[in-house]
Amino acid sequence: MILPYPIVPDVTDDGFDTQTVTLNVNRMKIELQILPWVSLLDALREYSDLTGTKKGCDHGQCGACTVLCDGERILSCLTLAVMKEGSEITTIEGIAQDGQLHELQKAFIEYDAFQCGYCTPGQICSAIGMLREGKAKTRDEVKELMSGNLCRCGANNNIIDAIMDVKNQGNYE
Amino acid sequence: MNNFIYTKAHSVQDAVDKVGGKTDAKFVAGGTNLIDLMKYSLTRASTLIDVNPIEGHHSIEEKDGGIRLGAFVTNAKTAYHPLIEERYPLLSRAILAGASAQIRNMATNGGNLLQRTRCYYFYDANTPCNKREPGSGCSALMGYNRIMAILGTSDSCIAVFPSDMCVALAALDAVVNISGPDGERSIAFTDFHRLPGNTPHIDNNLLHGEVITSIDIPEKGFCKNYSYLKLRDRNSYAFALVSVATGLELEGGIIKEARIALGGVAHVPWRGKNGEEFLKDKEPTRDNFAHAAEIILSGAIGYEYNSFKIELAKRAIVRNCIMALHPETQLPGAQPSA
Repeated sequence: MILPYPIVPDVTDDGFDTQTVTLNVNRMKIELQILPWVSLLDALREYSDLTGTKKGCDHGQCGACTVLCDGERILSCLTLAVMKEGSEITTIEGIAQDGQLHELQKAFIEYDAFQCGYCTPGQICSAIGMLREGKAKTRDEVKELMSGNLCRCGANNNIIDAIMDVKNQGNYE
Repeated sequence: MNNFIYTKAHSVQDAVDKVGGKTDAKFVAGGTNLIDLMKYSLTRASTLIDVNPIEGHHSIEEKDGGIRLGAFVTNAKTAYHPLIEERYPLLSRAILAGASAQIRNMATNGGNLLQRTRCYYFYDANTPCNKREPGSGCSALMGYNRIMAILGTSDSCIAVFPSDMCVALAALDAVVNISGPDGERSIAFTDFHRLPGNTPHIDNNLLHGEVITSIDIPEKGFCKNYSYLKLRDRNSYAFALVSVATGLELEGGIIKEARIALGGVAHVPWRGKNGEEFLKDKEPTRDNFAHAAEIILSGAIGYEYNSFKIELAKRAIVRNCIMALHPETQLPGAQPSA
């Protein structure tokens, strides 16, 4: 898919050129014309109309911008889009399949695991990555490995409940 | 963030050539600290050279009975690598006590050594900081210095080096392998980082244009008796107030060799060699550990808000040495055992 961008000039006033970057996002090819300092987060939100991924602190401290890159959870705010050419990126928009919510999305609803909902896309992407890693065995280990995702509403206990349920059911692939 | 040119390096030589004489060109691998500092305009780069495409430094391999960690392997892959979990669990524990899972998936081993201090005043461009702006003064000396250093400080700087991974690497006698314009060289881990002296803006002995290619760890991994303890203001995802890496080798109930390194207390990962010497051929008792802790902290100087760290570090050493006798009691996030 080629989107009707760039929304920035090809060349900045001080002579820096945009680069053509092809990103694979949610099993779709997106060709972007962007400057090298555009973060993956901004490439998704501002250049690709994928605003599900949230910009919180923009400094890697809150986890709201978590996406999956080649199956691993990363922070899109600290990633330059030009460095992710050829990687498979999955955002919250790519989690549900065939009109069916992902088990974690269902569990978040069931356990009332969000209040304002702002951290939710990052929490869910992060939880998918964590379950795939397969390192957390206990509730304490899940809490530790989800500590990069902050919820300012204080829904953390419900978030861990939702994740524990999906983990215990073992139906997250 | 300043505007910059982005380019990829395809070999170590290519990376070295691309820096050339450009004093303001930088390498980027994981970028977790560099991009952050650039966003705050605390550091600048005219050119960012992406070293990830360079082949040959993305794996963990056995080497001379020990292990070679590729510089571009992520912290997460290192911590969870079967060889590391089995033979160097101290390193695994230390890495997993640092940052968050997302950051560990991005940050590389080479980059971990090059991260910069999290001193509040270094991060606040409105305040003087000799590390950020040489000669401007140190705001931490008379400021809110709770997180600052107590060992090896100078009148110019009392910032601490923030890594957890490096505390374990210091304890394990690692060696850093480097390539640069003048060829290859190796530096003992404990000689890699620098005390502040009157040049606190220079964090380490890596020269401009040099690339870290790998880190070697010798055979002795202390996989039977080890522990990493990290004390901080919250249990997870915070930098250490004080951390301790301990490796013990016991024989017939006697300590044959001890390794103790501290994080959060100095401008470098602080190796307590004088305390280690004391423990050699002694019984692993609380009293002996406490005596070693006294020796290691003997030169410590507290500032207004961080004097508590001196006693905290001593107790952390004792606690961690006792935990090293029972490594199975360790909790997630390098918390004290129950």
